[in-house]
Amino acid sequence: MKRLSKSGDEDVVTALRRGDADAFATLVDRHSRAMIRVAMAYVPTRAAAEEVVQETWIAVMRGIDRFEGRSSLKTWIFRILTNVAMRAGARERRSVPFSALAEAENTGEPSVDPDRFLAADHELFPGHWAIMPTRWPTPEEGLLAGETREVIAAAIAGLPAAQRTVIALRDVEGWNSEEVVDALEISPGNQRILLHRARTRVRSAIEAYYGAVEEIDYEAVTAQLMGDTVEQEPDSQ
Amino acid sequence: MADTPPHTPADDPACVEVVELVTDYLEGALPEAEARRLERHLDTCPGCTEYLEQLRAIAGSLRGLTDESFPAELRDGLIADFRSLGNA
Repeated sequence: MKRLSKSGDEDVVTALRRGDADAFATLVDRHSRAMIRVAMAYVPTRAAAEEVVQETWIAVMRGIDRFEGRSSLKTWIFRILTNVAMRAGARERRSVPFSALAEAENTGEPSVDPDRFLAADHELFPGHWAIMPTRWPTPEEGLLAGETREVIAAAIAGLPAAQRTVIALRDVEGWNSEEVVDALEISPGNQRILLHRARTRVRSAIEAYYGAVEEIDYEAVTAQLMGDTVEQEPDSQ
Repeated sequence: MADTPPHTPADDPACVEVVELVTDYLEGALPEAEARRLERHLDTCPGCTEYLEQLRAIAGSLRGLTDESFPAELRDGLIADFRSLGNA
């Protein structure tokens, strides 16, 4: 997504202060979808998230005269959204700052099932793949084509809130990391952790969908390397 | 960060470690020496190369996967509010 330049912000802000409804409509169309995604991290239902977005836009139109340009307009709007969403979340008794959500989701869970790797004390290949990533059709054939699209959508919908929000903003909405860090008020490191967890879970879901796993016969490979004779042939890949 | 020594087996990270670093690598957030170490591993590891390509494919192909839209009636209502605020 193209970032609003500082001068672009100034033009938009001037137009809003002038009462230019087209400028306001453009802004609403540009940001509302992402705002719903962020609001969903704070409130339990879609309808509640829509209300948060609506309330935020009302605050923006009433408060635009107080915008001082110390952050980008987009960051300012998302800060308001966060405040509104936190208040709404508090009414629903589930209000936590995004950074706390992020912290709670950082459980140190491995990116890939540990059983997919050889043991750390393996003689020749410690910590290497025992079962390779399952191949799937290449992006040219379309990750979003056909049923994979549903698999991915379901995987994202099933993510913990902070991970879901970050992957939606980065990969679905196309924001850059700085924009996400600013809007959600999290550290760059936390942003990367959440993004990594989210993408790896989507990867696992696609892999599970394509099913078959490719197991490497390391025993045979090892035996061959060590000059032993083996009865079975190493699996061809 | 000190220069890493030339490629030695001891310098090679395990795949189980590599899979945790892939997003930092794609984001350009790894220190230079660690990025080179990862790349040397990728040169000889088809499993981690596949893994990296899969995460890169996910990162690059979700645009437009959208089940979110802001309801038109709310949008239009807001714009009407904006207009009436200007006339107030």
